[in-house]
Amino acid sequence: MSPAIELIAINKSFGAVHANKDVNLSVERGTIHGIVGENGAGKSTLMSILYGFYEADSGEVRVNEKPIRIRSSIDAICAGIGMVHQHFMLVEPLTVVENVMLGAEGGAMLRAGEAKVRKELARLASDYGLEIDVDATVGELSVGLQQRVEILKALYRGADILILDEPTAVLTPAEADALFELLRSLKAQGKTVILITHKLREIMAITDRVSVMRRGEMVATVETANTSPPELAELMVGRRVLLRVEKTEKVPGAPVLEVQNLSVVDARGVLRVANASLTVRAGEIVGIAGVAGNGQSELLEAIAGMRRPVLGSIRFQEQDVPADEHNPHHMRELGLLHVPEDRLRMGLVPAFPAFESAILGFSDEPQLGKGPILDHDRLVADLAKKMEQYDVRPPAPRLKTSNFSGGNQQKIVLAREIERNPKVLLVGQPTRGVDIGAIEFIHRRLIALRDAGVGILLVSVELDEIMHLSDRILTMCGGKITGERKASQTNEQELGLLMAGVTDEAA
Amino acid sequence: MSAPIEMPKWADTILVPAISVVAAFLIAGLVVLSIGENPLTATRYLLQGSLGTGEGLGFTLFYATDFIFVGLAVAVAYHAGLFNIGGEGQATLAGLGTALALNNLTFLPGFLLIPVGILAAAAFGAAWAAIPGYLQAKRGSHIVITTIMFNWLASVLIVYLLVNVLREPQSMNPETRAFPEAAQIPFMHDVFAWFGITIPSSQLNLTFVLALISSYLIWLLIYRSRLGYAIRVVGSNPTAAVYAGISPARIIIIAMVLSGALAGGLAVNELMGYQHRLLLEFTAGYGFVGIAVALMGRAHPVGIILASLLFGILYQGGAELAFEQPAITRDMVVVIGGIIILFAGALDGLFRRLVAHLLSRPKLAGA
Repeated sequence: MSPAIELIAINKSFGAVHANKDVNLSVERGTIHGIVGENGAGKSTLMSILYGFYEADSGEVRVNEKPIRIRSSIDAICAGIGMVHQHFMLVEPLTVVENVMLGAEGGAMLRAGEAKVRKELARLASDYGLEIDVDATVGELSVGLQQRVEILKALYRGADILILDEPTAVLTPAEADALFELLRSLKAQGKTVILITHKLREIMAITDRVSVMRRGEMVATVETANTSPPELAELMVGRRVLLRVEKTEKVPGAPVLEVQNLSVVDARGVLRVANASLTVRAGEIVGIAGVAGNGQSELLEAIAGMRRPVLGSIRFQEQDVPADEHNPHHMRELGLLHVPEDRLRMGLVPAFPAFESAILGFSDEPQLGKGPILDHDRLVADLAKKMEQYDVRPPAPRLKTSNFSGGNQQKIVLAREIERNPKVLLVGQPTRGVDIGAIEFIHRRLIALRDAGVGILLVSVELDEIMHLSDRILTMCGGKITGERKASQTNEQELGLLMAGVTDEAA
Repeated sequence: MSAPIEMPKWADTILVPAISVVAAFLIAGLVVLSIGENPLTATRYLLQGSLGTGEGLGFTLFYATDFIFVGLAVAVAYHAGLFNIGGEGQATLAGLGTALALNNLTFLPGFLLIPVGILAAAAFGAAWAAIPGYLQAKRGSHIVITTIMFNWLASVLIVYLLVNVLREPQSMNPETRAFPEAAQIPFMHDVFAWFGITIPSSQLNLTFVLALISSYLIWLLIYRSRLGYAIRVVGSNPTAAVYAGISPARIIIIAMVLSGALAGGLAVNELMGYQHRLLLEFTAGYGFVGIAVALMGRAHPVGIILASLLFGILYQGGAELAFEQPAITRDMVVVIGGIIILFAGALDGLFRRLVAHLLSRPKLAGA
């Protein structure tokens, strides 16, 4: 077998940041090659070099054993390299055919080009099992099918080597399985696939070999069959990590949060949460599993008082919360705190120094200042203490919030909410964009909080996370709660079905 | 737009504006050259006229007082994410409020007249800004559009009132009668004279001190107070404000009220401090200059004071220049001012990008 791609001694610096240090990578033709690493390990930079977004400072790229220079994505496409981005590059109002044609229209008039695209798509469909309604409007397709259009686009342009960047982040487990099926059939046809992911389970399931990056360096390339998730995690982080934090069985206490028949409509008038009811008890973690965009975000925001529900009510510690008091300010006073799922849009103010972000939501607390004036020295000292407890790096309270990494920003948010002794904690996507090392830390904190008697409502699109942390799991699909299971008595397949909307009655 | 540009604070607050000013003067120099005058001589007249004499300095600081108030007005709104273009109209209405109060509340004891006049200016300016603020907060009407409209409304309203209602019957001029003596803010040369110090007389009055105090208070408000914190959260990240339980609608209205009240300072300086009556067009477009001042001063009170001094120099020095070098007309001075506004405001990003590129290394984006 010969390598389809070889990267030899690639170096790339951004100022003082050495994003790729002497990176070597060899990908065999006709294999699926995984690349794992923490945020900032240099995976995306490396792939961007391969796809022509950046040019390496030094080093050589060889495609099919011939050295080439890739200066733009056009060069990459000519060399047979296609990329499927995490965020799709599709024009939603156009049809599948029109999207595939985009940039390859073949002349001023569309008819000839269109006929060619249709013929080619039919061939790809039969070769790879890539069935799709070519006249469907892309915006109306499911996310899984939109991703399929991206793959078709790359194949149509003659890609022999396909790079997929976190392809399963937006997929249901069933859609992910379908994608893997497709990748296997691509491999069977001799295509080469490079898969960038942080989900070790996927690496184990589908790749032939896996390369691990850490701090800009390629630390290992191993045969997938000869490795294990703990070993990969250790290679990524550089120390041993617990992928699953142990927790003891616990009998939950009295209900602290009861949501009754809550319905939420968004700004465009679309029903996002339909008649949802749930209960969270003291000392219990209730997880809401679901594919992103199925109403979990809106549910959390409505409970926190950020959105006014059209119907339904909530009870806090067995007391009704009147509709006119159901706002973020009052809920905080009651002891319902909230780690929002989108740190940068909601949980922090990126332009503020960290110590100012660390009082977001609490700037009216009397002890933070004298009268109307905030005591900055005190805020800085408070945050410095929390940064030590939560191991925030760098421990610099005056540093701008946006200059911290995702995991450290998340720790700042967690410290702010947890250290105020919540009775109920809403947690959205606690580890999105957070490094493995920090994930372990965050999971420990959440479990310690639960053991201390706090009721936690956890929303995450990472099914593993939901299954590890929760005592009880609810699934959401299309704004409805489609099922409830004890975490100890369910499995991924069952939850996957519920997340796809196959309800209890039908299951 | 691209990601925010990172650079050290000193570069952001001092270097970039300084480069803008130098570039503006270079271009302005070319303009002066093109009409056959010597730019160096012109610069000398400009600086001599604005800083070289005690009298010139007085006038420079008088203009700077106007600019500080309107600059602060724009800055406060800007921190809440609002672009208040309505400084002209708000100052006009503030002038109306001052005149109504001072010429009607004459029964008040004299020492109360100055505070009452200032409060009336602030209240009328605030009220005129509150309406666009309310419309933005509750109805989503864009503040830029509404404040521009309100400038027109204000200018038409004041003409109507001065011509038909407030004008003294025997006067041909569209202006009110003079304010009572006790309502006139003392000139600086008079204040110094109380202490036996003689300084050249100019229009500069105690409102300048009020402008400096206001600058400090606005700094305290924006960067140190709970309210200022909420204003900046709304301006910087409205979604985070909702999360934090801060009502953006409430903050928008508050910020506009503060902004309008500050614009009222222009009326205090021009009318109570100098003209001692309400007359047409006393705002003279300064409300718009406030936008450039706030942009150049990076919406920070210290920056605004410095930018105001620069524009004060330009206005006073420019007048001297037009007088000394007739080839450089008043209009030409406006052109030069325009070039500076262009560079400091609109083209600010040009040098910012360049400086950032030279100074800081681009950070690794999400890799």
